[in-house]
Amino acid sequence: MDETEGGLRQGMRAGAPISLASLLLGISFGVLAEPVMGTAAPIVMSAIVFAGSAQFGALAVLAAGGGAGAAIAAGVLLNMRYLPMGISIAASTEGGWFRRGLAAQPLIDAGWAMSYRGDGRYDIPYMWGFTAVNYPMWVGGTALGVLTGDMIGDPDRLGLDALFPAFFLGLLMGEATEGRRGWVAALLGATIALTLAPVTPAGVPVMTACLAALVALVPGGDDS
Amino acid sequence: MTAAWVTVFGLWATVVVTKGIGPVALGNRELPRPLTKVIDLLAPAILAALIAVGTFTNADGDLVIDARAAGLAAAAAVYAVSRKSIVLAIGAAAVTAALVRAIA
Repeated sequence: MDETEGGLRQGMRAGAPISLASLLLGISFGVLAEPVMGTAAPIVMSAIVFAGSAQFGALAVLAAGGGAGAAIAAGVLLNMRYLPMGISIAASTEGGWFRRGLAAQPLIDAGWAMSYRGDGRYDIPYMWGFTAVNYPMWVGGTALGVLTGDMIGDPDRLGLDALFPAFFLGLLMGEATEGRRGWVAALLGATIALTLAPVTPAGVPVMTACLAALVALVPGGDDS
Repeated sequence: MTAAWVTVFGLWATVVVTKGIGPVALGNRELPRPLTKVIDLLAPAILAALIAVGTFTNADGDLVIDARAAGLAAAAAVYAVSRKSIVLAIGAAAVTAALVRAIA
């Protein structure tokens, strides 16, 4: 139990500075979603879907006049990367099938990447803590954006769409890429994603980029 | 129900399953060694792909270089000095992207 609490607290500490970015991006989602989806739906969406890229993707479809089916399809594709990510944390979850499934729900890109402890293990409480401080900011930000959208105008004008790539770069340069193979996987992943982006629906590029991790199976080289 | 609400609940159902299916189906059985090594590299691969798509593609998936690339470069410059300065780096990215847009 002590370990769980310690992990939770560490995750919350690590997630706190990032929650500011979640707030700003949440505001930006609320501002853009309100004219398309109304007042309540965007806030409920942030509260129960809680997946930034999928929400922006589905919104873009709706905003362009697409139906619910197309919007859901876009969101599902953007969320597809959670499938391999979920598999990766499976061995680190505990309890019966319901608790395991529940343990995976706070899965988000940043918290997942930062909770990796090597050797196939993830610090699940750390991941929960990371999400616990970001969740209210994302949902609250969405509400704020919905309610104050008229005053804010176009959120991209403020450079908010540059926040998360910059953050992910920090994660990538940090612990995620110890050893040469990490950089090879990163370079390969980015190449796959950019090659596919013009010709596949959104979401497919990042999902397919997971295959870059298979370079781990190439024999030889400097194994770390 | 409007298209917006159908989308909200449709995505809710699918994301819960997508995240949970791995842990539910696999349990905590020990993963085979090769799979562990693949998982080791999953984060760099996904993070790099997210950076690439989030910076160099537009809403249609076309490759572009715009204010976001300048923002990413600013963040990279901050990390080159100090890898731990994440807040400073993302702040620099947003401000740089906003400035480039204001000028362009």
